[in-house]
Amino acid sequence: MTSSSLPVPAPTPRASPLRIVRELVTAIGQGPLNFIDQAGRLAVFCLSMLFWLPRRPFRWSQLFRHLRDVGFGSLFIVVLTGFFTGMVFGFQTLQGFRRFGAEALVGPATLLTLSRELGPVLTGLMVAGRSGSGMATELGTMRVTEQIDAMATLAVEPMQYLVVPRVLAATFMMPLLTAIFTGCGFLGCYLIGVGREGIDPGVFLYETWLATDPDDFYEGWIKGAFFGVQISLISSYEGFQASGGARGVGEAATRAVVLSSVSILVGTYVLAELLDPLIHSYIHFDALPK
Amino acid sequence: MNRPSTQPETTAVTSRAERPPAIEIRGLRKRFGDREVLKGIDLVVERGSILVILGGSGMGKSVLMKHIIGLLQPDAGQVIVDGEDISHMSALELKRVRRKFGMVFQQGALFDSMTNWENVAFPLREHRKDLKGQALDDKVRSLFELFSLKADVQGPRFPSELSGGQRKRVALARAVALEPEIVLYDEPTTGLDPITTDQVDEMILDAKKHLGITSVVISHDIASAFKVADNIAFLYQGLIVDQGHPSKLRHSEHPALKVFLSTWFGKN
Repeated sequence: MTSSSLPVPAPTPRASPLRIVRELVTAIGQGPLNFIDQAGRLAVFCLSMLFWLPRRPFRWSQLFRHLRDVGFGSLFIVVLTGFFTGMVFGFQTLQGFRRFGAEALVGPATLLTLSRELGPVLTGLMVAGRSGSGMATELGTMRVTEQIDAMATLAVEPMQYLVVPRVLAATFMMPLLTAIFTGCGFLGCYLIGVGREGIDPGVFLYETWLATDPDDFYEGWIKGAFFGVQISLISSYEGFQASGGARGVGEAATRAVVLSSVSILVGTYVLAELLDPLIHSYIHFDALPK
Repeated sequence: MNRPSTQPETTAVTSRAERPPAIEIRGLRKRFGDREVLKGIDLVVERGSILVILGGSGMGKSVLMKHIIGLLQPDAGQVIVDGEDISHMSALELKRVRRKFGMVFQQGALFDSMTNWENVAFPLREHRKDLKGQALDDKVRSLFELFSLKADVQGPRFPSELSGGQRKRVALARAVALEPEIVLYDEPTTGLDPITTDQVDEMILDAKKHLGITSVVISHDIASAFKVADNIAFLYQGLIVDQGHPSKLRHSEHPALKVFLSTWFGKN
């Protein structure tokens, strides 16, 4: 073969300044565009869920199944993490408060933190990790194996059958799990404060009774309900968007946990700002006598 | 189940005078990003007939099927089912129209969290509230028997425990549970051995013979297509390039169809 018969490679297009600028602008703009696209799709998904939410038939069996999955399924890790969170929070707070001779205030400090912030946030993160990933995986598998399409062809609306019961179950169960987390955390703190550090149990409990209001608990429960909506909607959405087989389902589950967790951490600040004036200033629950 | 069996030719003549075609597609176009998958499909499916949409992989067969049942909305054109344009219907209206359909997916798409019995009972529980207890059980059993599914399949077994052919038959039993007028089959014989393929073909013919069902089959299985079809439409690069009775298509002059058929019938 002579050199003249060899194929001549196509000349590489010269990188003109205009082309570089265009590619740079495209690369920078693609991220925000994708974010807006995903946010729009999620908004449409939420609106669709709201459309089907009040419509009959109500799927009671599906609702009870998901109440059990979200509630009972997450119970063990919520109890475990709640208990140890309370213990470590009590332990560390005690080290600080001892410097001011305020050991007796460990109980109220822990309970306030658990009920208003740590309870709903850590419960949300646990439920996102366990139930959120489960929802995304199950729905994602149904999507890639065409089970969701099959349901639609049987004149059963997948949004109504699959998503609405999950959202309701997570919304109902999250406040309950938050309350259990808070209770277990306070018990852990009590064991550290009273059992190990020798604080008088009467003082410990009386100081807690004096410093906390029922509205502190309401804030945590309301936050928990909001986090339940966030976790179930994001996880269901990611499951519905899954494509590309087992890998796609895995990626959907990962995205569901990451996005749910981020939305909880962002949402807790937003909700704190919104709920504080509503609950603690304008509406004062003074149900229990002091 | 009591719908009388009909011959397609007779149905086609009478239905034109009395009722519109089961499905009519006019100028259907669909684009995904830069790629135009369907470029203007025109198709008519007469009542009680079996139409096979034949074509290679990636030609838009599944996309066309999903438009017929309203899982996708077209960019342009119309999909008319029983005289109603479903291409831009609301979710609630689509739910009503889908009662006329059954669909058998390529892999069956049986709900893997339910037993085989629950899969077949699912549409009945959702839409036939009058069927409860023994009546529901009897109805489900009759559907299993219709497609020669034995008692061991009906027990507390899950779809993952079935063979490919059994799964297809359970899927068909579920698809026809509500006695639909139209059944869509997505690649029903793909991945099956010759004996099971033959059983699936017989199953499609039985559904027409015993239930009078209009069937649309998408496939690239030439042997099955020529066995079951009353009419064949060949989909190539987003267009129906030829359609008609199998004997007509056998001698088509369209180059792509000639190449496609030569893989089965030979070059001569």
